[in-house]
Amino acid sequence: MKRLTSPLISWEALLVILLLISIVIGGVLSPYFLSGFNFNALTSNTMEIAIMALPMTLIIIAGEIDLSVGSVLGLASVVLGLLWESGHPMWLAIGVALLVGLVAGCFNGLLVTKLALPSLVVTIGTLALYRGLAFVVLGDQAVSDFPTSFTNLGFGSIPGTEIPWSFLIFAILVVIFGVVLHLSRWGRQIYAMGNNKEAARFSGINVSRVKLMLFMLSGVIAALAGVIFTARLSSARPDNALGYELYVVTVVLLGGVNIFGGRGSLLGVALAIFIVAIVQNVLGLKNISGDIQSLAIGLLLILSVLGPNIARRIQGVIARRRLVAGSSQQM
Amino acid sequence: MATTSKGMERARQRDQVSQARLFRLVNRVRELGLLVVLLLIILFVGIQAPRFLSIDNFEQILLSIAILVIVAVGETLVVLTRNVDLSVGSMVGVIAFVTAYFFKQLPDINLLLGILLGCTLGLVLGMVNGLIVSFGRVPAIVATLGTLYAYRALVFIFAANTTTQVNASDVPAGYLALATTQIFGIPSLILIAAAIAIIVGYFLHASQTGRQLYAVGSNPEAANIIGLRRDWLVFAAFAASGLLCGLAGVLWGARFATVDATDATGLELAVIAAVVVGGVNIFGGSGTILGAVLGAIVLGTLQNALNILNVSQFWLQALYGAAILGAVVLDAFITRWVQRTILSRRKKA
Repeated sequence: MKRLTSPLISWEALLVILLLISIVIGGVLSPYFLSGFNFNALTSNTMEIAIMALPMTLIIIAGEIDLSVGSVLGLASVVLGLLWESGHPMWLAIGVALLVGLVAGCFNGLLVTKLALPSLVVTIGTLALYRGLAFVVLGDQAVSDFPTSFTNLGFGSIPGTEIPWSFLIFAILVVIFGVVLHLSRWGRQIYAMGNNKEAARFSGINVSRVKLMLFMLSGVIAALAGVIFTARLSSARPDNALGYELYVVTVVLLGGVNIFGGRGSLLGVALAIFIVAIVQNVLGLKNISGDIQSLAIGLLLILSVLGPNIARRIQGVIARRRLVAGSSQQM
Repeated sequence: MATTSKGMERARQRDQVSQARLFRLVNRVRELGLLVVLLLIILFVGIQAPRFLSIDNFEQILLSIAILVIVAVGETLVVLTRNVDLSVGSMVGVIAFVTAYFFKQLPDINLLLGILLGCTLGLVLGMVNGLIVSFGRVPAIVATLGTLYAYRALVFIFAANTTTQVNASDVPAGYLALATTQIFGIPSLILIAAAIAIIVGYFLHASQTGRQLYAVGSNPEAANIIGLRRDWLVFAAFAASGLLCGLAGVLWGARFATVDATDATGLELAVIAAVVVGGVNIFGGSGTILGAVLGAIVLGTLQNALNILNVSQFWLQALYGAAILGAVVLDAFITRWVQRTILSRRKKA
């Protein structure tokens, strides 16, 4: 049993070490790195990704994936902007944007559960569909005349501190998701589904219902991220957050969540979020372009799966050698 | 006791044979269905706008999908093995830019050398994908999502260190002629795409390796047990996809002449849409090159129809998404129907 749990613990320990190393490197490379202002910039830049990574963690642990989150974010952002521009009050615009996210997630979930389609293909389809709809709705325009009270949500920070509002939202959500995943019956069901779907079904878990709810949750949260994104950039454009699914999936996998489901923790994902945020921030501070940043993220994504795979192979070879050595000694 | 179990075994084998036969029939019907859909689109748009029906416009459609077809042929090979290659758009982008830049710097060089460079580069990028997936045991979706961004970043880095854009006036006319020459009145681009589809289609249908690709996709475990080298076949499929992206990239540069670092962004969605609409099973193991080509023709016709009917091109991406979803939903229903039919047959027997 100890054998089974130890790699997971060491993965999180590794992440803590990586996080400390990246903080030290950041501090050495740039004098601005450890300033309160930079903390503000660093966190507010990544909170949309961080928030979307929470439901994605649950979905991947449950053995599925949602690649449409970036497009749902864009669609929600466009809907929000359009409603505000046509004279509706802000609360209504935000409400409808969240509802759009819920419906988009529900559509994903229904296709996956009712028709038993692979979530990978379904969400590649809706990735194109939702982004396409965002373009259909707003064309190549942008809405940018938002009220200050709204953009404060993205720009501003909690009075007297350098902590952005979006970080507060993330902090509240991470606690809720942590409790649900690690302490509730629902969380145990998610792990069970990811480990063995059939066994989970036969032990009385309503697999379809849990999955449907996970996809709806993912949709709403992506829309919420869309609201924050729109407030932060003070701009609703159909290409908002294009390609963000890469970042979200990367932080989840880097956080030690198994791509095939059944294993992972929210702590690991939270650590991974800040590692990625710091890597991006340091590259930014050193004036390294966004393209190299996406090269770094792409490689990080592959390495976060490749690394453990290779480690496991080496472990296997060593274990086999020991076994062979042990048996030959007995002879 | 032994006789009944033997009898059951025989019945099971008979079931499997009839199931395979039924699936083959359904696949034929599905391709026919796609043709019917195509004809319906042509009829509908043709009534609205007669110029849609001209030979000239038909040639335009084929010209617009020629590169898509070449990439989709490679993607089909990968999807047949129960994998997916999301990095195709970035590979085409890298090679289009690098090849165009190569010809800009060395305008007097032999044309074949540039083509060879593009194809080799594509092969290498595809082999990297294949290595990560088949020997690194990283799921194809993760590996190629990673390389989608990594390869795209390579173009940007390359462009940042050389030039932001290669213009039509910078490259030799011989390179551009690769896409514009006409042979027997047919643009060479269409002929190249058709030749690739026929060669690879025949190879898949008739060669041993081709059949092994199907075997790996329809049951990876069984393929391993009967001694197929699964890792090598998957690796080869990714390498072939890269090679075809290399050729597509060379032709992309020749066709559009003006190339920058963002070229072919998002092409993967159109390619996957074509493959899935064409009836190549996303779970691997079934589908044909002919189907994928038909899928590409349907998408190309739809895009052309949007143009002719003056519908905003912003609908295009939503249309690709809807096409992917429509095709997989349809396939799910067909599979269910086939299974139900077999079940009811078994009950009767």
